[in-house]
Amino acid sequence: MSGVFSPTRAKIKERTLRTDKWWLQPAITFGVLFSFVIYATFRAFENKYYFTEPLISPFYSPCLSTSCEPGSALSFFGQPFNNKYFGIGISPALFILIFPLGFRMTCYYYRKAYYRAFWMSPPACAVAEPHTKYTGETRAPLILQNSHRWFFYAGLIFNVILTWDTILAFRDQDKQWGHMSVGTLVFLFSTTMLWFYSLSCHTCRHTLGGRLKHFSKHPVRYKAWTIVSVLNHKHPTFAWISLFGVASADIYVRAVASGAISNFYFF
Amino acid sequence: MARMINLRIWRGDAKDGALQDVQVEANEGEVVLDVIHRVQATQMGDLAVRWNCKAGKCGSCSMEINGKPRLACMTQVASYGDEETITVTPLRAFPVIKDLVTDVSFNYKKAMEIPAYAHPDELAPGQARMEQVDVERSQEFRKCIECFLCQDTCHVIRDHEENKKSFAGPRFFIRIAELDMHPLDKLKNRKRTAQEEHGLGMCNITKCCTEVCPEHIRITDNAIIPMKERVVDIKYDPARWLGSKIRRREGI
Repeated sequence: MSGVFSPTRAKIKERTLRTDKWWLQPAITFGVLFSFVIYATFRAFENKYYFTEPLISPFYSPCLSTSCEPGSALSFFGQPFNNKYFGIGISPALFILIFPLGFRMTCYYYRKAYYRAFWMSPPACAVAEPHTKYTGETRAPLILQNSHRWFFYAGLIFNVILTWDTILAFRDQDKQWGHMSVGTLVFLFSTTMLWFYSLSCHTCRHTLGGRLKHFSKHPVRYKAWTIVSVLNHKHPTFAWISLFGVASADIYVRAVASGAISNFYFF
Repeated sequence: MARMINLRIWRGDAKDGALQDVQVEANEGEVVLDVIHRVQATQMGDLAVRWNCKAGKCGSCSMEINGKPRLACMTQVASYGDEETITVTPLRAFPVIKDLVTDVSFNYKKAMEIPAYAHPDELAPGQARMEQVDVERSQEFRKCIECFLCQDTCHVIRDHEENKKSFAGPRFFIRIAELDMHPLDKLKNRKRTAQEEHGLGMCNITKCCTEVCPEHIRITDNAIIPMKERVVDIKYDPARWLGSKIRRREGI
């Protein structure tokens, strides 16, 4: 017997004596994250309905495969990947999704969320976890959580690309500039939230100034650190909103590309 | 206005114990520690409970109230419903001594394992000068009252007794962070020892320590995660490691 049932501890048979709905938050987190994972997996393998001029789904951008729909690839990156490897067709999304996925998987906030909701380690505060052993993030595979900053850097590059996609969304189907549609707004919202999510990240806070020992010798970095610290308070909020933002952008592009709806232009 | 409330108090010692129901009067504005004292004065004369300041500043009356680690002197009876039974138990992460009193000496042993502040050799006592902006991060951690609620709720030791030998716990991670962020502390290996000796890597940042802190110290966001990032700097980031070797600027 270990943990709260150890021989020296108070003899209480219940795993927790909490009387509030401690299970509700992890249950909601599980439901939402699991739904997103299912949807994202489906979309990553679907390999269609991801582009309709001038909108490209954030799940497929940048499109780097030779199988990308005409007009969807950015000339800056080219199309370095084939559409098949070892005779197996590969969706363009699979070449890139590891980066945004890795950023969220190793994010300090999401770690809290899924350790509680999926791994129940612990399911909630002062609620005994079901595991008999625990080594935390000291061994493989969880020691890889320390790679978060590399995914953060990659995430910044993706933010730049998605920002460019949003700028392109100010064109119409004939690539003429100076137009705005519902898709433009959806992309603006999604990209803005992604920037807030990235800039409020703990690694961003550390990189900009957190690692310093003497703020007084680095006033600019200190100022940047204080701004990011304010954003950092809202990091969980930005994490959820940006997740919904990306999903919304993809759902919208899919709906337009599949012909279910048309992209309404304001001007 | 006084009212009768239902209280369940765990009574026992390391060998055995049980929850005992009791009804006690509670007056308007009283906290859980008040009604425990009333039970002690009127019904259970030998009830053991540790307390001191009754103002949320000494950290003595830590216990678990309806399963949540809390200070009894800062928990209003009125925050529970009229018909609700308030269950009071000792901290469940530490060995029980008697009734609501636990043996928290684990924490003092861990405190002794952390090297104290090391003053720079070139500065005589009294010569140290620091700017406010350089010490305000550490000052947040100095608010700690050592109630050990964060230690109690941390599942790394609460749910795994065997981890106690290799894990210092959130209270001491803020101590390490305080010293590592101190502008004059000359010890350079606090990051490495935090990871390799005090078990920082075992923390999976589920933030329970922050949730229960009565001083509202942002333990996870402001101490543990920054320390984890500092550990990444020296152990898991080849670019940073190379930069520190070339420019030798570990303590910037």
